[in-house]
Amino acid sequence: MDMNVSVGGLQLRNPVMTASGTFGNGLEFAPYGDLEKLGGICVKGLSLKPREGNPMPRIAETPCGMLNAIGIQNPGVEYFVRSILPSLKRVDVAVVANLYACDADEFGELAGILAAEEGVHALEVNVSCPNVKEGGAAFGQDPSQIARVTESVKKRAGNTPVMVKLSPNVTDIVECARAAVDGGADSLSLINTLLGMAVDARNRRPRIANVVAGLSGPAIKPVALRCVHQVCRAVDVPVVGLGGIASAEDALEFILVGAHAVQVGTANFLRPDFAFSLADDMAALLSDMGVESLDEYRGSLVLPL
Amino acid sequence: MSLRDCRNVKVLDVVPVGQSKRPGDFFELVLEYPGWGGWKPGQFVMVRPVSWGPELVWGRPFSICRGDEKSLTLFVQRVGRGTERLSQVLPGEDVTIWGPLGNSFAVEPETPTLMLAGGIGIAPFCGYIERHAAPENLKLFFAHRMPLECYPYAAMTQKAQGQNMLEAQPEDLAGIIDQMGALIREYADGGLVLCCGPTPFMKTAQRFALEHGARLQVSLENRMACGVGACLGCVCKDEKGHHTQVCTKGPIFWADKVEL
Ligand SMILES: Cc1cc2nc3c(=O)[nH]c(=O)nc-3n(C[C@H](O)[C@H](O)[C@H](O)COP(=O)(O)OP(=O)(O)OC[C@H]3O[C@@H](n4cnc5c(N)ncnc54)[C@H](O)[C@@H]3O)c2cc1C
Ligand SMILES: Cc1cc2nc3c(=O)[nH]c(=O)nc-3n(C[C@H](O)[C@H](O)[C@H](O)COP(=O)(O)O)c2cc1C
Ligand code: FES
Repeated sequence: MDMNVSVGGLQLRNPVMTASGTFGNGLEFAPYGDLEKLGGICVKGLSLKPREGNPMPRIAETPCGMLNAIGIQNPGVEYFVRSILPSLKRVDVAVVANLYACDADEFGELAGILAAEEGVHALEVNVSCPNVKEGGAAFGQDPSQIARVTESVKKRAGNTPVMVKLSPNVTDIVECARAAVDGGADSLSLINTLLGMAVDARNRRPRIANVVAGLSGPAIKPVALRCVHQVCRAVDVPVVGLGGIASAEDALEFILVGAHAVQVGTANFLRPDFAFSLADDMAALLSDMGVESLDEYRGSLVLPL
Repeated sequence: MSLRDCRNVKVLDVVPVGQSKRPGDFFELVLEYPGWGGWKPGQFVMVRPVSWGPELVWGRPFSICRGDEKSLTLFVQRVGRGTERLSQVLPGEDVTIWGPLGNSFAVEPETPTLMLAGGIGIAPFCGYIERHAAPENLKLFFAHRMPLECYPYAAMTQKAQGQNMLEAQPEDLAGIIDQMGALIREYADGGLVLCCGPTPFMKTAQRFALEHGARLQVSLENRMACGVGACLGCVCKDEKGHHTQVCTKGPIFWADKVEL
């Protein structure tokens, strides 16, 4: 089955990408499978300057999921371009750079640097920085800010496609999606993690030094699916669905509600070779169901009248 | 070609070790040989039984204790949800493992080497003694809270020289610390010291090593999600204060190069 997809100008050999922050820069997973079996790799979030991230402990396991407060630890965009990208370029796979900044200008600057690099095939804009200037609310919770950031990135991105990654920690995700599209987003990816918390009843302490953290994994799939369903019906740009995908059937559920592609996050921790066979498994499952193409299946959810 | 991989292997046996308050607190997990002839002492594996489903997300890291062409043996202490479930796996069950992971202990066959183990921290030393070219140069100092037969101590001291101290009361701790200090001083001149145990135990060893100028390596047991260096959930601080992955840059660090 032809599994090629195009996501707002980004060409993928199949609809399976790996989610930012859960797959390193991709090369960490090379011993466990052929990276060229993937549709694309979204690398760990990049900021202008290196970041050490949050204090330890910064991960905790919860039922069917996990919490993380890594805090975008990364070596900075220059290091990425100089020391990581050259090795990634030798792999024939779409590389999506995930951008993290705390104001629209900084986002624009990051976009300019990365879009100039031949080996970067798309930009994914992570809008969940708590914006101190705007009174502490996360960027991604304010539609007007989302639009501004997207515009700033688009201006500097040239021909490189721009995907905006939305947070589910909002009252109305459709409003955020529309804001990103108004700002010029070529595609959207959703969802990022849900705000959560875990505490230890015995020693009366939070399990994560940062106290609150991002929930991911199978536990969040129903929320992710709802968000993707709502957004796909409201906007015209392609949507990439993610949140709790841990099987081919999970991935197809996102396609069914309208996603063009999917990303695998926490499931990369269930076993490091998980993502490599997902596209083949999705194709096999579609064939089993008598479906002839992804296009035919996409968005074909039958809703009650 | 990397030596590392991920595969499903069968459980060959689950062997309870010793008698503690609850049976099965300590056990050996014997797995089918994954084909990793080249594992090095101090390396670990991530283990995740297929039967876990999504309710337990992460694999769990365990040091390689013994390995030959037929099997790979891990020595496990039951402490929480994962190790509880692991103690219930049955022979014949499929377990996903990935590895061998991490760096390894310095092996210097000619150097008199002191191994300081606290509790389950004894586990990586099984593999160390097994793979060491001159076990007659090895001494194991073991501080423990559970009865000695809960640990593979007897098997290890058949090859290496051993000494153990039970920490039954809080006062015993002072004796253990004194003994550690004296031993580290003894090995400071031309020796090598290796340590694995609870963080306060390793901190004490680090303090003595820095005081006496001893060469010390510590093996860290941070919580891990991926085990392959990707999630950045397992980090510790290096000597420059940078967060560095324990799973790939460690689990073993020179004591003067890591903040405990
Ligand atoms: C490189 C490495 C090698 C390791 N080798 C071994 C080994 O050979 N044998 C072995 O038994 N364990 C070993 N461990 C520790 C082991 O990974 C943990 O005990 C295990 O992951 C706990 O999982 P759980 O789900 O049972 O505990 P969780 O449910 O995650 O935690 C339950 C409770 O146990 C506590 N806890 C967690 N880890 C430990 C620990 N190590 N000791 C005491 N309490 C703990 C937690 O703080 C919590 O309160 C190693 C760890 C690392 C990183
Ligand atoms: C350890 C960890 C680190 C993450 N880091 C990032 C990041 O740097 N940038 C980002 O946009 N999302 C990051 N995420 C969010 C994931 O990309 C993804 O949106 C989320 O985990 C939901 O998908 P999942 O349930 O499949 O994991 C991270 C998630 C985890 C678990
Ligand atoms: S466990 Fe994921 S980076 Fe070490």
